[in-house]
Amino acid sequence: MKIAVCVKQVPDTTEVRLDPKTNTLIREGVPSMVNPNDKAALEVALRLKDADSAITVTAVCMGPPQADVALREALAMGCDSATLISAREFGGSDTYATAAIIAAELKRKDFDLIITGRQAIDGETAQVGPQTAERLGIPQVSYAEDIQLKEKSVVVRRRYEDCIHMIEAPLPCLITVLPEIATPRYMTVRGTVRAYATEVPVVTFEDLKSHLNPDWIGLKGSPTSVVKLFNKQVKGKGTLLTGLSEDEAVSAIVRKLDELAII
Amino acid sequence: MDFTLSKQHQLQQQLYRNFAQTEIKPLASEMDEAEEFSQELLQKMQAVGLFGIPYSAEYGGGGGDTLSYALCMEEVSKVDASSGITISVHTSLCCYCINEYGNEEQKQKYLRPLVDGGKIGCYSLTEPGAGSDVAGAVSTAVLDGDEYVINGAKVFTTNSGFADVFVVFAITDREKGARGMSAFIVEKGMPGLSVSPSIPRMGIRAASNCIVTYDGVRVPAQNRLAREGDGFKVAMTALDAGRIGIGAQAVGIAQGALDEAIKYVKERKQFGKPISAFQNTQFVIAEMQTKIDAARLMVHRAAVAKDKKEPIGSHAAMAKLFASDVANEVTRAAVQLMGGYGFAREYSVERMMRDAKVTEIYEGTSEVMKMVISGIMKIK
Repeated sequence: MKIAVCVKQVPDTTEVRLDPKTNTLIREGVPSMVNPNDKAALEVALRLKDADSAITVTAVCMGPPQADVALREALAMGCDSATLISAREFGGSDTYATAAIIAAELKRKDFDLIITGRQAIDGETAQVGPQTAERLGIPQVSYAEDIQLKEKSVVVRRRYEDCIHMIEAPLPCLITVLPEIATPRYMTVRGTVRAYATEVPVVTFEDLKSHLNPDWIGLKGSPTSVVKLFNKQVKGKGTLLTGLSEDEAVSAIVRKLDELAII
Repeated sequence: MDFTLSKQHQLQQQLYRNFAQTEIKPLASEMDEAEEFSQELLQKMQAVGLFGIPYSAEYGGGGGDTLSYALCMEEVSKVDASSGITISVHTSLCCYCINEYGNEEQKQKYLRPLVDGGKIGCYSLTEPGAGSDVAGAVSTAVLDGDEYVINGAKVFTTNSGFADVFVVFAITDREKGARGMSAFIVEKGMPGLSVSPSIPRMGIRAASNCIVTYDGVRVPAQNRLAREGDGFKVAMTALDAGRIGIGAQAVGIAQGALDEAIKYVKERKQFGKPISAFQNTQFVIAEMQTKIDAARLMVHRAAVAKDKKEPIGSHAAMAKLFASDVANEVTRAAVQLMGGYGFAREYSVERMMRDAKVTEIYEGTSEVMKMVISGIMKIK
């Protein structure tokens, strides 16, 4: 069985800088790391591999050439192979275009299962995973907090805010996982050595062009146009009720919520 | 000449830093107070490969190099020098002797489990009456049939409290002086081998450091490392290489203390401003960081020389001599910058100041380093 894990390299800081002209992230000079949700996805895949030696895990990343480092980390954690999707033509892609490109690469390799993190800490859209599944025309299950692998299907526990769904999906399919699903393992020393002894192929536009319409990719293939990015303003202080007993506090809160037509 | 770490070394540094900050740092103070090393932590360190970094993957090691090992020693010692020395004695003393001088059978039997994370090793050389004067050892090993019978007492044997494998040095021919010493591999549990509780110490208190008594311990003759009489050479070459690790440990202790002090001076306000705004603070920090960087470069020079199989005696001795001095100066300055809080046990810099002292003492005192350096310079 072949599992692919899609990983993204993200800035390792909460203070991201933006290009005022394009409203996209400035990546130069910012330390980077593997997106934490995607590390959880790697861990889930590696646990499946630990339990069944017939499983291979490939890490796939789209990004600039320096995203190679993220894939070396995935290899050092225990992935069998890694692929970097990188080309000038792909620059400026939004989630829609990115999904088209990643799907084109995944389609070439016939993966049985694709696992991604729920979302990345930079964009926080949670769109690329589901959009990739749509592009591939395969089932998708998002917000997974547990995955059980069967012979030709997966059983996924999907966590919503107010309920849990148990979903069985046929393979191949794509699953996006919550970070709580697994604490990522450390790299190992031997893994770091192996990571740089392993060739990480770079897939370019040339390699994918038979599967890709040039109008789908890059800035011009991206329907998303970011008008403005700004920090969320903290709203008013709220109302503080003091000097109430527990029962009085409950009544007061319920009354207020009722007044505001929230309940 | 390139002073930038390779991508692979950077990835390894990331692993060491992340592991040290996440797993070791939260336990450092607690282990120091308890004067005991966490066996759970030890197992975690083994699992990621911290106990076999520069040894061949063919024997189950990490397949890394000396520079990678030095990076590990620095990152680990930044948060806990006791964890550093636990790795160091195992790796660059015990495993070194077997890797360098062991035959294939000894490597398969002893080196493999030591470097693949299964077992812990120690190095039993120093005696109550033989410190810097290594050849003054009085422990003996007498051949009796196909076994050696070892008698003697060793002191300050790091890791001995939980070690599985002991590399021990004993005199096989009193007449020959230094050339009458031989090296042996002793296993935990062999009759006659006993280990005292840890010796109470000023620093690196979480490390295991005990008196080991060999009372008629019978070891098979095939457990002798190298030839009879080669023991002094085995011991000395291990120490030569080991000094790179201690130099890296000293750099780590210093950087760890300075990092803590920098965090503190930015927050601490006196006379209406953060104390980082005072020029004295700025100058002390600039001086300390400069010295740490110089020490680090010396350690890396020695490590890279070892990886290139160039002579390391002088490089390693200079690195240890300088870095251990820097560690003591920087930790002392860090405590001073933090004032009463630096002195308080709640903050870690007082532990780092206590831990720094031993880097001037073990694996060759600073005075022995000067003997080594001036000797190589042929100053007589």
